[in-house]
Amino acid sequence: MTTIALPKLKKTERTEKVQKNDNKLTPEQIEAFGEEIDAIRQRLIGQLGEEDANYIRGIVKKQRQFEVAGRALMYLPPAWPLAVASLSISKILDNMEIGHNVMHGQYDWMGDPGLNSRMYDWDNVCPRDQWKYSHNYIHHTFTNILGKDRDIGYGILRMDEDQKWHPYYLGNPVYATLLMLFFEWGVAMHDLEVENIVKGTRRLEDNKPLYPGLLRKVRNQALKDYLLFPALTGPLFPLTLAGNLTANLIRNVWAFNIIFCGHFPAGVATFSEEECEDETKGHWYYRQLLGSANITGGKLFHVMTGNLSHQIEHHLFPDLPARRYPEISGEIQEICQRYGLDYNTGGLSKQLFSVARKICRFALPGGGTTAPEHGTTTEPLAA
Amino acid sequence: MTLTQSLAERVLASRALAALTSPHGVDRYLEQINPMWAATEVRARIVDIVRETDGENPVATITLQPTSTWRGHRAGQYVQVGVEINGNRRTTRCFSISSAESDPGEQFSVTVRAHEEAKPGQQRVSRFLVREARPGQILHLSQAEGQFTLTESPATPTNNELLMISGGSGITPVMAQVRTLLRDGYDGRANRKRVHFLHYARSTEDQIFAEELQRIAWQDNGIDVHLRYGEHFSAESLARLVPDFRRTDTWACGPAPMMELVTAAYGDSPRLRTEFFKLSTGTPVDGDSAEGDVSFSRAGKTATNSGASLLEQAEALGLTPEYGCRMGICFSCVSRKEEGTVRNVLTGEESSLPGEDIRICVSTPVGSCSVDL
Repeated sequence: MTTIALPKLKKTERTEKVQKNDNKLTPEQIEAFGEEIDAIRQRLIGQLGEEDANYIRGIVKKQRQFEVAGRALMYLPPAWPLAVASLSISKILDNMEIGHNVMHGQYDWMGDPGLNSRMYDWDNVCPRDQWKYSHNYIHHTFTNILGKDRDIGYGILRMDEDQKWHPYYLGNPVYATLLMLFFEWGVAMHDLEVENIVKGTRRLEDNKPLYPGLLRKVRNQALKDYLLFPALTGPLFPLTLAGNLTANLIRNVWAFNIIFCGHFPAGVATFSEEECEDETKGHWYYRQLLGSANITGGKLFHVMTGNLSHQIEHHLFPDLPARRYPEISGEIQEICQRYGLDYNTGGLSKQLFSVARKICRFALPGGGTTAPEHGTTTEPLAA
Repeated sequence: MTLTQSLAERVLASRALAALTSPHGVDRYLEQINPMWAATEVRARIVDIVRETDGENPVATITLQPTSTWRGHRAGQYVQVGVEINGNRRTTRCFSISSAESDPGEQFSVTVRAHEEAKPGQQRVSRFLVREARPGQILHLSQAEGQFTLTESPATPTNNELLMISGGSGITPVMAQVRTLLRDGYDGRANRKRVHFLHYARSTEDQIFAEELQRIAWQDNGIDVHLRYGEHFSAESLARLVPDFRRTDTWACGPAPMMELVTAAYGDSPRLRTEFFKLSTGTPVDGDSAEGDVSFSRAGKTATNSGASLLEQAEALGLTPEYGCRMGICFSCVSRKEEGTVRNVLTGEESSLPGEDIRICVSTPVGSCSVDL
């Protein structure tokens, strides 16, 4: 194993359940597991090249074609559903297979400024720099550590038994529905850490530097989708406006559902800060594996999820091209089997149902029983 | 430029189109249709490749048709050329422009000597351009850059004599200057001014632009061509040619050892303008030793390489670079390594490319290294 200084976790006042997971593996086994995962990583890095470059450029080309087709079809009122579908596909590809993955630095090695994590911007109201901070750094480093990973419930939902219940959470299903419909706005607001402002641990002034970037992105999207393109279609203005709104909405609903299946299906483990103190790279891999869940599906489905249907592989190797995840999935599963570790996967409806159940269950106090002891089963408890 | 062309350019660069194509920008759409269409980026299609010299390190002149976004160049300037090599990795190097001054959108050429492989299995830009590039291929360019430019032109005559000193492939920018003077009707005899063109080459076989230089020498238009083979530059021999060289406007370009001699010969004379040819300075130190100096150029701080990650070494010097995960996954700390070799501690891979973006939290210097921090 390489020696790198992992980020140190600061102790907080949490004194609840310290050991959330009964470690099935000894520290030595965890390190051996990590080394096997690392070996796959090294191999993939050695293989990066033309195929990956052609793939992402092909996807970008498709995205541009769908976008142009969507904008153009708005001029033909009978083709309105087709226009909306085309634009929705373009926005989904833009945000997921291209935006999310490029901003992870998956294609930085290509040296193409158009596909570089520092320069790429997506068609979304969330500013890229704020996204990279809360997602690439906070979420991917402290994945599923309660109190550190703000993606557990996004500060508004109760998604874990160890999140203390409050009458506010009775609205869990309502908040989740709203978050689904306005997902890009939720993502954009994520960095403002409203829940911490309510709690008093963050001051309103701390958000000031974030406003200009946020407003610029909101203005750019509103100008493009809700004013300029509708205006260009003249008398069809209302129809085009409705079409663009719908495309953004469809992207929101799709992205929400895929992303919620990544960490919230039953069986996904969360961790306490104490468990992750002085964490090794091996344990980091172990946590990424147990803290993520996959969705099974066909090739087209995987592309439309930005390969986040392979959330486990993505969390192990967030900076490697996502198109590689399906090809290593079998290998990862085989390793998991040997170590007796869960590899949480299932069809979209199964995972979605499991997530919906969790959202509803945790609206009420308690809920510890819905989370099966990890390491024993990947089956949802839905009877 | 036709009216429709300029109209098209104005539309392409308009704010309305920028708003419609936000956040990607017009160029990200145009490139999907035709790589030679651009609103702000500069690209070029290779028109022609002509071998200048053969041998171990052959030289070729590559003529380029740039996109209409090319703003032209002044004689002596260089351009950054990006090509996709080593598994579609875009690699960018600077090359002096060897053709006479170009107007916006006009063809120009670079003259390149093929350097050998950087390391086993690794391809170099110069080698690619000379040995493998084919007409029709698209290159990524910057605008022309650099201050090594001619102040002299028929439109702005001075009473000075001009002196150009070059070595090896350092001939390219001064050749652009001489070509520009001649194209624009420079007549040193009429002006009672002369241009001294002094060039050092390893051998006659290694001489770039040999025929053209011979023609210029015969043409009796006030440009004296002095070619030296296998010799080293010396102030004494220069003084025999131009006794008052320290008070003559001089443009000098060549390899570092020659440039040291030239700079020493001129002392603190303000007449000397220089252009260096920087070769990759990556000189890996054997094994795991962590000797050498690490410098952070923006902060102006240098320390002995401790062998720790560049992020930690920067922090030890009191710098506060941006960082996130500290384990190489979040890309918050990406910085530009200017020169030197670094090892990625995650992959063990070493890289010596100058001007390379690296994650400083997982990069340790191998020997000396300079980072833009």
